[in-house]
Amino acid sequence: MPIDILMPALSPTMEEGKLAKWLKAEGDAVTAGDVIAEIETDKATMEVEAVDEGTLGKILVAEGTDNVKVNEKIAILLADGEDASALDAAASAPAAAAAPAAAEAPSAPAAPVASAPTPQAPAIDTPEDPEVPEGTAMKSSTVREALRDAMAEEMRRDPDVFIMGEEVAEYQGAYKITQGLLDEFSAKRVIDTPITEHGFAGMGVGAAMAGLKPIVEFMTFNFAMQAIDQIINSAAKTLYMSGGQMGAPIVFRGPNGAAARVGAQHSQDYASWYAHVPGLKVVQPYSAADAKGLLKAAIRDPNPVIFLENEILYGHSFDIPDMDDFVLPIGKAKIERGGTDVTLVSWGIGMTYTLKAAEELAGMGISAEVINLRTIRPLDIDTVLASVRKTGRIVTIEEAFPMCSVSSEIAYQVQEKAFDYLDAPILRVTGKDVPMPYAANLEKLALPNVGEVIDAVKAVTYTA
Amino acid sequence: MATASKTTSASSKSSSRTRSTAKKAKPAIAEFDKDQELHAYREMLLIRRFEEKAGQLYGMGLIGGFCHLYIGQEAVVVGMQMAKKDGDQMITGYRDHGHMLAMDLDPKGVMAELTGRRGGLSKGKGGSMHMFSKEKHFYGGHGIVGAQVSLGTGLGFANKYRENGNVAMAFFGDGASNQGQVYESFNMAELWKLPVVYVVENNKYGMGTSVARASATTDLSQRGASFNIPGKQVDGMDVRAVMAASAEALQWCRDGKGPYILEMSTYRYRGHSMSDPAKYRSKDEVQKMRTEHDPIEQVRVRLLEKNWATEDDLKAIDKDVRARVAEAAEFAQTDPEPDASELYTDILL
Repeated sequence: MPIDILMPALSPTMEEGKLAKWLKAEGDAVTAGDVIAEIETDKATMEVEAVDEGTLGKILVAEGTDNVKVNEKIAILLADGEDASALDAAASAPAAAAAPAAAEAPSAPAAPVASAPTPQAPAIDTPEDPEVPEGTAMKSSTVREALRDAMAEEMRRDPDVFIMGEEVAEYQGAYKITQGLLDEFSAKRVIDTPITEHGFAGMGVGAAMAGLKPIVEFMTFNFAMQAIDQIINSAAKTLYMSGGQMGAPIVFRGPNGAAARVGAQHSQDYASWYAHVPGLKVVQPYSAADAKGLLKAAIRDPNPVIFLENEILYGHSFDIPDMDDFVLPIGKAKIERGGTDVTLVSWGIGMTYTLKAAEELAGMGISAEVINLRTIRPLDIDTVLASVRKTGRIVTIEEAFPMCSVSSEIAYQVQEKAFDYLDAPILRVTGKDVPMPYAANLEKLALPNVGEVIDAVKAVTYTA
Repeated sequence: MATASKTTSASSKSSSRTRSTAKKAKPAIAEFDKDQELHAYREMLLIRRFEEKAGQLYGMGLIGGFCHLYIGQEAVVVGMQMAKKDGDQMITGYRDHGHMLAMDLDPKGVMAELTGRRGGLSKGKGGSMHMFSKEKHFYGGHGIVGAQVSLGTGLGFANKYRENGNVAMAFFGDGASNQGQVYESFNMAELWKLPVVYVVENNKYGMGTSVARASATTDLSQRGASFNIPGKQVDGMDVRAVMAASAEALQWCRDGKGPYILEMSTYRYRGHSMSDPAKYRSKDEVQKMRTEHDPIEQVRVRLLEKNWATEDDLKAIDKDVRARVAEAAEFAQTDPEPDASELYTDILL
């Protein structure tokens, strides 16, 4: 039987890639280990090696093709003795299932059944982002590009800004966030560190105390646990302990929270840990515009800023204002979608579930107002309260653990300041109270999903 | 001489370890002139008297929390101060009063911080372990053992980034020398040739644990050997030896050759903090150090022997120093506590 060659997944979060180049032609002999093609992911160009021996019978995806899905058939390999006549049968067979069917999540809700016509929720105009001047042209950008552009612009603007971290320079970034920066700014300002989180975090704080403006990249915030003493005890507290004399204008940034299938030690969301500490600002962007405008603000901020990115969002594209200097205020939430029946509050990747849920809820006649917090500390509780006073109901959505979460704090402040406006208990949709499991089905269960958001909204709106 | 300490890559399979040799060189004793001796005497005496007063105020309940006295170690910071140039930075751990006085900070501000008053260096919000002065290039005063080593390395990084020719001096104790981030910092400092002098103030005990009970290797000057950082053991009770070694180390850094480690062999007369009864060592041990190696007494004897000062001259200095300390203590007791509104200031800029 001819062997299917499938588009390989080359990173935990890769869903598709570009087939950049074929290094073997149809009819070429292939032995195991031969490099047969080059594939560009959003992070890197990778070589694909043959696993089996034979003759490259047919190339199904031409080189230069973008957005080839993982597991799509890209070529057919003929075994010894087979000829081209075997190809026809092979090409028409469906690709083998790459993974066992995921066990159905018990909590996943059934899709809304349209047994009776449900009224469409009245369309509410989503307010324009007040931070974007009217008439500004928009362009598409990934979160990855937005972060890179934000750093590049600030580094052009201020020679005291530099970036350091593991693989930020010559490797061009473990997640390619710093791509191109070394070329433009040289090794003086784009610095590869040893694998030494505690040491280089402390070094960054020391440099900041001396007046430089470091951007310290953690390959993930999970590794920042090694450095958390310097972040809390040195960066956050020195301004206070020095009676205002000496602060630390520093940004700690990197991916935070769950990526995909990387297990418990690489999947934690640390927002509430850092948000607990006076002396820090904590930012968690969702969109490319958030990422760019807030990172520029974070770099300019004279205080230590924890900038929590998300690996899955890096490759997502959004419209972003096409401006020379787009800066968003830290500490200001954004109403992403106007609504009247319930307030949904989220941030970071939680926004993806939230916006999808709001769309589905509209189809069920429930008008949800969606608030993107953008900043966790200082918390823009006023925007949340204004919305709750209008809707009388609130659900918060985040991927972090529930205990002492950002959701807990929002719930506390809402009951304190808007108790009389509430028509239902405050509900939260969070990651489950378990270390992140590896198995695909369990991981899915551990994370929030759209169905859970809809269920929570139904509960607070007393909808069947 | 310093170059001799650089290890060379082993080209043979010899099992003998290449070791830095700088420490084996004859100790350089730069004789002081009269002004230097008098300066060292006055500076060390100020620290001694200040710390005695701080201990007294602590006993009276005027100073709270932890209070770590520097008595016995005065020659280390004064010798370094005499070797440094304006613009060089100091950073240290929680036994920091002496460093601040050596960096020319007003004793009133230091003492008032100890008593938690508004005129304290940190407006009363830092306390004994957390004081800073950007103006005087003193970067704290840090309460977490070893943290100042990474921070100090960052100060060196900033110096190199700005090409300002300054050197950072990062002080830490024998206890901190076993912290992991110290070695992370050593590695980066040598890798990037950062101008940092690491000053290990080996006072023989990390709280109640002697160096021998805590450290697999007790020659702390060689703790940078695996990174190729030259190191030297110095008699930290002799201010002249400290100054000579410091001058050499600072020059090494200023020449762009990277970091340097100085292990200052010193001794603290008092307990780890005011609440430490120091039962882990004998009274005889302390008494021996006091009578035979006291850093101030050594200078005093030389001044008298060389007829650079009379007993009366020295008494006059002592009187003057006591007056400054008394003034500081008076201020620290009469200055009001910070206004309640200060609770919420200086959290963010």
